[in-house]
Amino acid sequence: MLGLAAHPTFAESPGAPQGSRVQALVHMVRQDCGSCHGMRLTGGLGPALTREALAGFPLESLAATIYHGRPGTPMPPWSAMLNEAEARWIAQQLLQGFPEETTTPHIQ
Amino acid sequence: MKRRHLLASAAVTLPSLAALGLLPGCAASMLRGTGDLGVVIGRANGTLYLVDTTAQALIGEVSGLGDLSHASVVFSRDGLFAYVFGRDGGLTQVNLLERRITRRVMQAGNSIGGAISADGSLVAAQNYTPGGVKIFDAHTLALVADVPAEYAPGKLSKVVGLVDLPGRRFAYSLFEGNAIWVIDCTDPARVGIQKFEGVGQQPYDALVTPDGRHYIAGLFGEDGLAMIDLWAAEPKVQRILSGYGKGQEALPVYKMPHLRGWAVAGRRAYLPAIGRHEVLVVDTDTWKEVGRIPVAGQPVFVMARPDGRQVWVNFSVPDYHRVQVIDTQTQTIVKTLEPGKAVLHMEFTPRGESVWISSRDDNRVSIIDTQTLATRARLDVPSPSGIFFTSRAARLGF
Repeated sequence: MLGLAAHPTFAESPGAPQGSRVQALVHMVRQDCGSCHGMRLTGGLGPALTREALAGFPLESLAATIYHGRPGTPMPPWSAMLNEAEARWIAQQLLQGFPEETTTPHIQ
Repeated sequence: MKRRHLLASAAVTLPSLAALGLLPGCAASMLRGTGDLGVVIGRANGTLYLVDTTAQALIGEVSGLGDLSHASVVFSRDGLFAYVFGRDGGLTQVNLLERRITRRVMQAGNSIGGAISADGSLVAAQNYTPGGVKIFDAHTLALVADVPAEYAPGKLSKVVGLVDLPGRRFAYSLFEGNAIWVIDCTDPARVGIQKFEGVGQQPYDALVTPDGRHYIAGLFGEDGLAMIDLWAAEPKVQRILSGYGKGQEALPVYKMPHLRGWAVAGRRAYLPAIGRHEVLVVDTDTWKEVGRIPVAGQPVFVMARPDGRQVWVNFSVPDYHRVQVIDTQTQTIVKTLEPGKAVLHMEFTPRGESVWISSRDDNRVSIIDTQTLATRARLDVPSPSGIFFTSRAARLGF
């Protein structure tokens, strides 16, 4: 909540996902990104993605890492499964402390 | 008739067992073995679901196991205790008959699995944070040895691909260290370490063949695998399947393949190709590639039915609603199944007549007849991931 208040523009980014897509993205990050980063995002083969761990990390850089991956590391580009605005939205949520899953939606 | 008979005998037996404190609460259980029991990891809720593969049913649950987002399980030799390794470093000993946690320690900050020694006396946990292996007394879970994976001064590597070897030995790989270590814990106060360095870039998981002879680590950083013949007079690292993707750009890897569910069938081993939609086939006499089988996505688990007649494959996101069955006689895919969304794991019953498949996003475990490929039953389990049966207790490398 603090994060949202501090960065009011994040929630209003153009192209930000809405409704069930938000749920699907939260599910994807918790479950599929969680394969390497931990379901609680405390790290695994990949680094921790908690708000504390990412403090000071530039938003654009984080969004680019999600979308394009990091060559030479196991971090793959997720461009096949989301668009750039969605990658940016995920990066914003991570910097604020990623939301918990409320339901278990199906990802298409 | 049979059921009534069993219930009648249970009625006689229960009070005496209860008097001995062997029964939890009012659970109407009876004297039984554990050979057809197993566990399913409830990924999202830190719960272990206990299952019976004969009854094809859930028989209980044990909660409070912490973060099970990458959990794995080994069993005591008698199949009574499950040792559950949680992502958060929790190591929990669960009594399958009493259906309760008997011991639990927080042994690391971030962990991904473990192994149990052949004599059942030692449990080893492989850790990412702090990078290394910790060895515990299997009965008490007291720490008996700590082996940091220090591959350069002050640098600890994440440990992957931990397996048990004959004797009180374990083998594992160092992700950042590009190394394989074999440790001998005959005397846990003085752990012997044999180090193999420069094995290849970024080993990500490994397996040991069922005879305990060959340790094989997959490499994320290059096409190929590192293998050690542990029976050699002077074991050394040998590269196999080098350059299998030569000249082709690798696909993004959305989930690391798991070599631990090895598939050795007859004289062939079936291995997931990293960054390709292929299963690689290798002859285990020569360790040369003898074939490739195109599959429906990036293979995560490539597992042989216990008799070796079939190899079952599941996939990473986005193809993880499918499972494919390879006939090892013809090396072709005989069936593509869709048992539910987000298939995470498969486990064969001890003699392989059924396979259990977890579908995380459909909150379902499917039980499939491996002969007819028909679904025999479905169990409701919230966010199921790993499935582990007690028959693992009798197998090397599990």
